[in-house]
Amino acid sequence: MAILTKEEAKKIIDKVLAYSKADEMSVGLTGRRTGNIRYARNTVSTSGESTDLSLAVTAVYGKRSGTSTINEFDDASLEKTVRRAEEIARLAPENPEYMPMLGPQTYLESNTFSQSTADINPDYRAKAAFDSIDPCSKKNLVAAGYLEDTTGFFAIGNSKGLFGYNKSTSVDFSITVRTADGLGSGYAIKDYNDVSKLNTKSATEVAMQKAMASVNAQALEPGKYTVILEPAASVDLLQNMMRSIDARNADEGRSFMSKKGGGTRLGEKLFDERVNIYSDPTNQEVPNSGFSGDGRPQEKINWIENGVVKNLYYSRFWADKKGVKAVPPPNGFLMQGGTQSLADLIKGTEKGILVTRFWYIRAVDPQTLLYTGLTRDGTFYIEKGQIKFPVKNFRFNESPVIMLNNLEALGAPVRVSGNMVPPMKIRDFTFSSLSDAV
Amino acid sequence: MKRRDFIQLSGMGLGAMMGSTIPVLGNIVPVEHLLEPGADAATKKKMADVALNAAKAKGATYTDVRIGRYLQQFLFTRENRVQNIVNAESYGVGIRVIANGTWGFAATSDVSNAGIAKAAETAVAIAKANAKIQTEPVILAPQKGVGEVAWKTPIKKNAFEIPVQEKIDLLMKVNSEAMKNGAGFVTSNLFFVNEQKYFASSDGSYIDQDVHRIWPTFTVTAVDRQAGKFKTRDAISSPMGMGYEYLDGLASEKIPGPNGLVGYRNSYDMVEDAINAAKQAKEKMTAKSVLPGKYDLVLDPNHLGLTIHESVGHPTELDRVLGYEANYAGTSFATLDKWKTKSFNYGSKQVNIVADKTQPYTLGTVGYDDEGVPCKEWDLIKDGILVNYQAIRDQVNILGEKESHGCCYADNWNSVQFQRMPNVSLRPGAEKLNVMDMIKGVEKGIYIIGRGSYSIDQQRYNFQFGGQLFYEIKNGEIAGMLDDVAYQSNTQEFWNSCAQICDKDDYRTFGSFFDGKGQPSQVSAVSHGSSTTRFNGVNVINTGRKLG
Repeated sequence: MAILTKEEAKKIIDKVLAYSKADEMSVGLTGRRTGNIRYARNTVSTSGESTDLSLAVTAVYGKRSGTSTINEFDDASLEKTVRRAEEIARLAPENPEYMPMLGPQTYLESNTFSQSTADINPDYRAKAAFDSIDPCSKKNLVAAGYLEDTTGFFAIGNSKGLFGYNKSTSVDFSITVRTADGLGSGYAIKDYNDVSKLNTKSATEVAMQKAMASVNAQALEPGKYTVILEPAASVDLLQNMMRSIDARNADEGRSFMSKKGGGTRLGEKLFDERVNIYSDPTNQEVPNSGFSGDGRPQEKINWIENGVVKNLYYSRFWADKKGVKAVPPPNGFLMQGGTQSLADLIKGTEKGILVTRFWYIRAVDPQTLLYTGLTRDGTFYIEKGQIKFPVKNFRFNESPVIMLNNLEALGAPVRVSGNMVPPMKIRDFTFSSLSDAV
Repeated sequence: MKRRDFIQLSGMGLGAMMGSTIPVLGNIVPVEHLLEPGADAATKKKMADVALNAAKAKGATYTDVRIGRYLQQFLFTRENRVQNIVNAESYGVGIRVIANGTWGFAATSDVSNAGIAKAAETAVAIAKANAKIQTEPVILAPQKGVGEVAWKTPIKKNAFEIPVQEKIDLLMKVNSEAMKNGAGFVTSNLFFVNEQKYFASSDGSYIDQDVHRIWPTFTVTAVDRQAGKFKTRDAISSPMGMGYEYLDGLASEKIPGPNGLVGYRNSYDMVEDAINAAKQAKEKMTAKSVLPGKYDLVLDPNHLGLTIHESVGHPTELDRVLGYEANYAGTSFATLDKWKTKSFNYGSKQVNIVADKTQPYTLGTVGYDDEGVPCKEWDLIKDGILVNYQAIRDQVNILGEKESHGCCYADNWNSVQFQRMPNVSLRPGAEKLNVMDMIKGVEKGIYIIGRGSYSIDQQRYNFQFGGQLFYEIKNGEIAGMLDDVAYQSNTQEFWNSCAQICDKDDYRTFGSFFDGKGQPSQVSAVSHGSSTTRFNGVNVINTGRKLG
């Protein structure tokens, strides 16, 4: 019941809209089934499954709006929810930034649903965990991992005729393998829409190899190093940067995108010319819904092209005020790269540090987008194109803006956390201190 | 909106502090719904018995049931307008069982007898399925049933009973005063939480609890467009286990500091803090950029709380020490072998750190934890030595103890309870000392106030902290405001550099309202008390950068 078809969802939404007495009304209907299994110390610690189906109604009078939610779907409950939303709206303060609802929209179709993921059951999850734990136990290594799968849909409709429906699946898997003496640690992360692409055994093997190879790490002096960042390392910094390109903050003078003297840096070359970042809901590797939560269409948008800032995202209110198109923030991004593999990048490096992942990344200065964090679960010294030895973890203080100016080379992008990110080689990456953590 | 949904806080000021999102648990409801009483204790006892009996019939050797009604009211404003008001309710039943020596858990929002019985059966089925690949059978510390009991946060004013308009009026006053005093932008927020929790177990406990929490906060931004610069100053309030009375702004609860600075104990003057924040954000614009090097740090309780949280609170969680969090937050340097020596110098002699779920006005304080254990206080670090951890019923056997510490928590009825941090606090110094006298003794130092940027490694050795306000101390006097300050240290080195702690009159709590842990991630709220404390010779870096 939690996953409704497009027709079933539309029927409920139409019924709700028919009860409306408000100036405008919008309805969001969402359902999902999510399951997980968690393990540590080579044994399962928790696992569970839950289902949800929920309806949110927003009623609007003038510039006053009110929302009510329910998870019962009989006619009386639906009507009650509409009346409640209307009542809340009448009592709400006016929102001077309220924008009238959108009319009918055309959305791009994207392939976000996979039946194989929707079919996941507890036996599959136990097997996936076993395939990860078993090879570790056999090699006297310790596995801790987590698998979560979600099948869901989201439908929106409003009294001006807008309707959208998207059904999607996702699976997220992460594994940390540690040596029994705690001196080595390795990590791997995978996410897909289609679980048939997931192999927990092979992902675990990568983490096992890194755990074994990272034992007896040597200390290097902190300082500026050439680094090769695996996609799992750079993705969080890039994601943070992409979340910070809101036009309003930039116009208000409180963003790294604000220009000295006023205005924004839209149209300026802020990064190395090889930096190209875009979003595209129809991409086969990282498909996303063709519409955003407020009903705006998600289209292919170039955010950074040849190092130049091409677009910032806008709320509808701010876009209207500025007289520009209201481009919504993207659900994920794709960064273009080259054809080289990670191994090729290592081969072409005279001296450098290979970083598996970063951890505990926090903003230090929003003005420069300076972040701090640490390397974790597999940090290695590279010399003359080869990994020479594991090194102790470093703390970094670096800005993705500076990092993307110090670009040396890009490899072939891979999917990570719903984005496409290439492995990248960066010069002068700032490590400010050493950590004893393994 | 459902429990895994989050309010995006991009551009709302709190983003940098909390990873840009705020978790909302449950359905959006009208405000008056928050005042409706939930089911009474007698009804909940009947519901619990349905679960206890159904699980037992299917072969559970232990069962606990949590019938939870979780209420939230969040208000978001900026400058002269309300951005959002969220009223949310989440109601349902979570059932945890042991069958074949293995935990199983299931939860349902269907609170009919049939729905509850079905969830109990599912929990047993999951336990039995997982038992097949289980290698460590559960050893549960005994807990005598406490019978039918009740506990309530001792609040004076239920925040949910205060009209929304009164709250909006307060935030509008905060915002307008900040703007009048030089802010370019201001966002302000109020968070209220009420957990109405009923716990029952096959041990014979039926515990009804009514828990309240509050957090007022804001971010003031000063902007200089010509220079292309902006600076922020966040509120120096603390989230508390209190009612709306926290916002009374009682003069008796203000603690005077140097340079007209004000600290707040158990009562907060939000408007006064906003005025100060606006002036200080402007002052930051021209503050001197710090010269990197070693400094003696004087850390205000509203700052030190987060350092305690990250460098003592998390490393002494026994599940982390054992490896259960290895794939997410990590493990801990405070290993069992160090503890067993009984001589591991976590800190200097004056460092006494206590865990508790009993301190008045704090976020962690309840009568009983989420597995029915009466709450208490215990030492983690005594005279600088690591003496204990935070452990729950299925862990204390590892420490050779027979009684749980009582720090088990789930953030919702549909989340499984696990070990969560109690209040972890630094005991005040025994000798009479206030912050002004402490500063007099510092030659080259920095006085730091408020929660800033924070980051620590996965075993809790290396950390870096920023703050809201930094003042240079030269020869025992405040010499002016500094900017671009962060300090880096190693946990053991840092706590061993602890040189002086102010007395109990300076003691205040800091709090974390949305502390994350576990997969799937759960939030919890926790307080950390301390008096202003001095740490000698800590490494300070300059965080200033220039973009091209």
